[in-house]
Amino acid sequence: MIVAEHLSKHYGKTKAVDDLSFSVLPGRVTGFLGPNGAGKTTTMRMILGLDNPDSGVATVGGRRYRDIPAPLTQVGALLDAKAVAGGRTARAHLDALALSNGIPRKRVIEVLRLVGLEQVAGKRVGGFSLGMSQRLGVAGTLLGNPGTLMFDEPVNGLDPEGIQWIRQLMRSLASEGRTVLVSSHLMSEMALTADHLVVIGRGRLIADASVEELVGSSARSVLVRSRDDAALATRLTSAGAATKPAPGGGLVVTGMPSDRVGEEALAAGIPLEELTPQRASLEEAFMELTRDQSEFATTSAAIGPPGSFAAGVVGGDSAGGGRAAAGSGPAWPPERRS
Amino acid sequence: MSAASPTPAAPASGAPHATVANALASEWLKLRSLRSTWVTLGVAVLLGVGLGVLIAHLVAGLYHQHRPAAVVNWDPTAISLSALGIVQLVMAVLGAMAVTGEYSSGMIRTSLTAIPCRGRLMAAKSATVTLTALVAGEVIAFAAFFLGQLAIGGSAPQASIGDAHVLRALFGAGLYLAVIALLACGIGFLVRSTAAAISVMVALLFVLPAILSALPLSWSEVIDEYWPTLAGAQVYGVIWRNPQHSLTAWAGFGDLCLFTAIVLVAAYWLLRVRNA
Repeated sequence: MIVAEHLSKHYGKTKAVDDLSFSVLPGRVTGFLGPNGAGKTTTMRMILGLDNPDSGVATVGGRRYRDIPAPLTQVGALLDAKAVAGGRTARAHLDALALSNGIPRKRVIEVLRLVGLEQVAGKRVGGFSLGMSQRLGVAGTLLGNPGTLMFDEPVNGLDPEGIQWIRQLMRSLASEGRTVLVSSHLMSEMALTADHLVVIGRGRLIADASVEELVGSSARSVLVRSRDDAALATRLTSAGAATKPAPGGGLVVTGMPSDRVGEEALAAGIPLEELTPQRASLEEAFMELTRDQSEFATTSAAIGPPGSFAAGVVGGDSAGGGRAAAGSGPAWPPERRS
Repeated sequence: MSAASPTPAAPASGAPHATVANALASEWLKLRSLRSTWVTLGVAVLLGVGLGVLIAHLVAGLYHQHRPAAVVNWDPTAISLSALGIVQLVMAVLGAMAVTGEYSSGMIRTSLTAIPCRGRLMAAKSATVTLTALVAGEVIAFAAFFLGQLAIGGSAPQASIGDAHVLRALFGAGLYLAVIALLACGIGFLVRSTAAAISVMVALLFVLPAILSALPLSWSEVIDEYWPTLAGAQVYGVIWRNPQHSLTAWAGFGDLCLFTAIVLVAAYWLLRVRNA
């Protein structure tokens, strides 16, 4: 179990982590999610005692990492797969790690086989591909058979087979009752791997919830298509819902669950053609949560509507047309479903 | 590279407890598993012995042309060890690289997760480097001495291992090289970059003593006597080049050790407070 309590850390004037508290429980994969620069790596480094927090404390199994007598037997962490001395062989690299924590050397052979690197055990690490380095890093985390594992962006740069392997590995580690924390900036990746999510943005906690809860919380609208949208809109509005025309025809209803929308339509005698709850994908839920939180947000407004620049420059007779197009054409950026 | 079952084997041991001995064993494996270590040590031995023998041969050939004053100061031991002036830089590279190599690759973060007690990691690494340099240094000193005396041959007086101060000078030579490697190790922890660490060592060993000797005589004499690397080098001389100096061979070596200790304490303090 990993516990972060009121962790804060700044580099110069940048607050990398700001009063961050969360717990990572055993037996499930916890995704540590946030845009680039949100403070995920910094938080993991503080958990490992590599960076000193300005304030707050992080513990693993109730102890600060630095106070664990043989840490590799309690915590396996992979922050940067390329952070190894390229001149050493895979075997020597793992041997040195094993020796430092009193782990039997035969365990090195076992983990090399486990990650599928036994064929290249005697090769220098410097010549490894990123995928092989990731596997070597994973071998290092498993060396001490620890109860807690941490991976920072483990699928970055992996081929599909490697990604599949990492996913299976993390799921099976969690199913053995281990604590597994995996950081990623890709919500879609976490949707496939994680059971629970800790979402941060600009160093602050945004959400600490299960994947279902996060997706559920943003499933707030219903798309409905009927023979008579206008009549249905009136009916639903009077029943307390808000409606607006959906882009491809039909209505987007908010403030009312889909079953109630169906009931209202039946009561009004309006035949329905489609009734779809708009479940936000995890990706959308994440975007929703971390909007304004990513450190380097782009402003899509600055790009403007397609063609608007050209229309403006042509001028003359078409100047008015350009304005009209900007006003009545499809809104840009497209209206957000909410 | 097929995906094997990730189920790890049973726990390594009942109550795992990593000791200082584990850290030493790990650091020793790390040092000897890098080819650069053996290349550096090979260069040190080759330079120390080869160049020493060559210089001894050449200088001995000129012995009969020496003026009486030079003949009085004839020190066949020091002559056979004269390549140490260069070998010390090679040892400095060995010490610095053991530390800064880890910083440049990022390995230091892996090392610190394996051994989170920073003092223990630093002590284990420094001890490993120092002992390695000591063994190599003694090999160089004794080999250079015996082969150097052979090279002097009949052209000039030779030293023998039983002569006054000769054994002290030979053991001192290895100790001096070991402490230089340790000093470079400490500088490596301080500056965390190979180029910077080696630059600092070149400055300490060669540049600064040369520049400071250009100061007014009253200053330059003090620097000449107490500059750590110059004073420390006395330990491998049989006849010191300046009889006015009051520091004995071992006191001079103590001066170097004290300076090295100060660097190590500063490096340890910074290692504790800095982010890795």
